[in-house]
Amino acid sequence: MIDSQQMQSLAARMSETEVKGRSPWADARRRFRRNKAAMVSLCVLALVALFAIFGNTLAVWSNEEMDFNVIGQAAQLGAPSLENGHYFGTDDLGRDLFSRTVQGTQVSLMVGLIGAAIAVIVGTLYGATAGYVGGRTDAIMMRTVDILLAIPYMFVLILLLVVFGRSLSMLFLGIGLISWLEMSRIVRGQTLSLKNREFIEAARATGVPAWKIILRHIVPNLLGVVAVYATLLVPLMILSESFISFLGLGVQEPLTSWGALISEGAGTMNYGTLWQLAFPLFFFCITLFAFFFVGDGLRDALDPKDR
Amino acid sequence: MTAKPLLTARDLRVTFDLPAPGGMPWTKPRQLHAVGGVDFTLMPGETLGVVGESGSGKSTLARALIGLVPATGQAVWQDGTDLIGLSPGKMLKYRSEIQMVFQDPLASLNPRMTVGQIIAEPLTTHHKGLSRTEVKTRVKDMMDRVGLLPNQINRYPHEFSGGQCQRIGIARALIVEPKLVICDEPVSALDVSIQAQVINLLAELQRDLGLALIFIAHDLSVVKHISNRVLVMYLGRVMELAEAESLYANPCHPYTQALLSAVPIPDPQLERKKRIIPLKGELPSPMNPPSGCVFRTRCPRAQAICASERPALRGRAHLTACHFPGPLPPEELTSFAQSA
Repeated sequence: MIDSQQMQSLAARMSETEVKGRSPWADARRRFRRNKAAMVSLCVLALVALFAIFGNTLAVWSNEEMDFNVIGQAAQLGAPSLENGHYFGTDDLGRDLFSRTVQGTQVSLMVGLIGAAIAVIVGTLYGATAGYVGGRTDAIMMRTVDILLAIPYMFVLILLLVVFGRSLSMLFLGIGLISWLEMSRIVRGQTLSLKNREFIEAARATGVPAWKIILRHIVPNLLGVVAVYATLLVPLMILSESFISFLGLGVQEPLTSWGALISEGAGTMNYGTLWQLAFPLFFFCITLFAFFFVGDGLRDALDPKDR
Repeated sequence: MTAKPLLTARDLRVTFDLPAPGGMPWTKPRQLHAVGGVDFTLMPGETLGVVGESGSGKSTLARALIGLVPATGQAVWQDGTDLIGLSPGKMLKYRSEIQMVFQDPLASLNPRMTVGQIIAEPLTTHHKGLSRTEVKTRVKDMMDRVGLLPNQINRYPHEFSGGQCQRIGIARALIVEPKLVICDEPVSALDVSIQAQVINLLAELQRDLGLALIFIAHDLSVVKHISNRVLVMYLGRVMELAEAESLYANPCHPYTQALLSAVPIPDPQLERKKRIIPLKGELPSPMNPPSGCVFRTRCPRAQAICASERPALRGRAHLTACHFPGPLPPEELTSFAQSA
């Protein structure tokens, strides 16, 4: 027997439920998941991040301690071993390379992520504003970017670090100053093509204020391009930090980064302590590769027409 | 009709400045006259059809009325305010009274927003005090009204068909209860069967809500079906403005006559007998419109006066901008045919 009351409540339920839509983001996520290289790279990145966050709890030695047994005999006694707790071996001063690598990973990832974050936030807003407002404002804003881009940034960065002293915050500042320029150009170009689309016109006709149009209509439609470019920007930031550190101008002891570690390892390559180069270099390489693959996967996922 | 007109346009002009090719920043730009002096009145609840070939300034006229492109002249609203050149802050009040439905249904909806957010946008812009649940109820009511299932409120535009997208566009336009809706070729991107649905929906909503419509199209039969009066445009000027019945039965302007003769008749036998009046030449460039009557370069009736003097829009109910208006004489048909 059919309970009419139950049937009615069922009918009411069915007509009430709101169908969940599949957003363009959800579509992109599905496409991204099907990309094996990108998914593997994402896992690699997750593992590197876990290594940076929880590596210190695994380490037997702290990054500042010197193992006096090893000093002076790094080539003989400092090799990677599980027995004395130096999983990645030690450097010439007897410091544990495992905890040094953890620290270097933290610093390098932070430089990359913060640099990219500055680029995304500043570059997107700057480029979208210039593109949307247009006219003279656009000309002034973009010429400023052109002028800043014309200055050799490595030179400025080195000068900054020499004049104001080497510190992590100065490094962030220097990298942040230059990272958004290219991004703002890309975003402006995209905005120009979006600006005359009918849905923007519809919003303008309704009287939506300009800043809301930028934030609600333009930026969400740009995010695909921005996400792709940001993932490619992170390794670039890491590379430039490493280059600076390799020159000896980057982060200061006792802090370290991949670039500084690689530099040290490269210096002692000939003395039979290859692990001093190999471990930082390994992390450096897999991270860069993983970021590039993820960026590639994102581009394919977010822009299916361009494949 | 003695009622106060909802909108009165007087000598409405839109001119775009184009930078001269190879010019310096201070070189005087060349001017493109997209709309060159349009006059009309629109009564509350009336439908004004606007027809004309591509490039005749129909869409620009619509965009000028809604303030999307800068215009000169006058467009006086019911309460006596001139909408042209109003500051954005003052214009905001009228933006909820004049809404627009766009040509490309999918392109006029933000792909990253849900249907609910899209329809609610004018509402949240103009009625900031509404609570979320109120907004949602009104959006759902409106979706129901335009024939969309209200439970699809969280879907995204790409999950709908073209006709449904146009319904979303209509719902977005109507949610703030406007007095005038400008439809810029709302059906030209749709299949014929869907066109009928959307047009009937528009007509029904117009009846229920007492809307005035400015209906832009290049499909003459569609315009005839929905319009009370029809305005024929050519190169940014009004050629003829009359009641739909009168215009279709008795076109007086040679351009309208040529335009109407090109409408296909859904009867093969009649269609075969029909005489199409082909027009000579191309649409002149709006950068450099002909002097006097803009249609004279292609007109079979053109005389010396047509080049020297711009014909005014004359007549009482049936207005024509022509020095030699009148029904199509038989000898003209032959001259048309010979020139073809």
